[in-house]
Amino acid sequence: MSANSENEIKHHEFLTQNADFEVRSLDAVCLNESELKHPWWYNFKYLVAGILFGIILVKAEVISWFRIQEMFRLQSFHMYGVIGSAVMVGIISVWLIRKFNIKTIYGEPIEFVNRKLNKGNIIGGLLFGSGWALTGACPGPLFAQIGTGATATIITLFSAIFGTWCYGLLRDKLPH
Amino acid sequence: MLEFLRQPWPWYIAGPLIGLMVPLLLIIGNKSFGISSSLRHICAACLPAKVPFFTYEWKNEAWNLFLVAGILLGGIIAGQWLLSPEPVQVNPALAEELAGYGIRNFQNMVPVELFNWNTLFSAKGLILMLGGGFLVGFGTRYAGGCTSGHSIMGLSTLQLPSLVATICFMAGGFIVANLVLPFILKI
Repeated sequence: MSANSENEIKHHEFLTQNADFEVRSLDAVCLNESELKHPWWYNFKYLVAGILFGIILVKAEVISWFRIQEMFRLQSFHMYGVIGSAVMVGIISVWLIRKFNIKTIYGEPIEFVNRKLNKGNIIGGLLFGSGWALTGACPGPLFAQIGTGATATIITLFSAIFGTWCYGLLRDKLPH
Repeated sequence: MLEFLRQPWPWYIAGPLIGLMVPLLLIIGNKSFGISSSLRHICAACLPAKVPFFTYEWKNEAWNLFLVAGILLGGIIAGQWLLSPEPVQVNPALAEELAGYGIRNFQNMVPVELFNWNTLFSAKGLILMLGGGFLVGFGTRYAGGCTSGHSIMGLSTLQLPSLVATICFMAGGFIVANLVLPFILKI
């Protein structure tokens, strides 16, 4: 148990040092892989979660270029209502998970990662906001827009992948 | 039931459902909600090119690729069977402004006059699709997350960097939508 918690600390330290917080397997220090090893088909539950999320995105019209333009012109409450209520539900859920020490369906304790502020949050944030206003889509909605039949958005998606690739290439030269 | 599902969902139904993605992913597998990482995993899987940022075990992050594949399928399902026959109800002021740029079709999620395979080879299409897409991919990774990773998951766990990032997303969007986009649409 003690060895395990030591590894967990390392795991978290690594994640806070890294500017990118979403990728667990980057953690070369962490040998224990507190994540349980599952066969690949266990991932199908995320496919189902994605399908539900995709349907919600379409029906909420948050993937609509028009709704994004309304939001950035303060012409509608819709997007603010969606994001605001989503965050409220998220905050309450996380609070409940912490308070009642809720475990995953496999009995693992749920992990939260603390992030450190860096310049990328600001510069990258401004760049992404600009792209959001032009394309009317963040990464999730790009996939959903293509699904609804906006096939030309495939080009936007490829360009976004290329943008991510260029960031990876230039990462060491950029201020963080 | 289907009639109900076909209508556009109001914010107070859609927003809480989006928020529930946070505990859902945590409980089914200890995953932090975040979409933009999928773009990085695609780079790592397809063209790592010995760049350290893309040299990691992307297969361990495959769950994220399943999630976005699901979003694509969800879009197809909603587009085929759950779409409202009515065009998006936009603010009349926006409709009038867009009509001035020749955008009059509100039937689709994106304006067909701007985002189609023919405009791709015009200056307007290049800027909106290639330029906009590039900024989305580059910016989200530089910021360390997108609307889902920062604005939903990060704010739900009360992270300061996520609040800063979210404010910057909005600031960038406000500037470009109001001060830059009108010039692009005039091209």
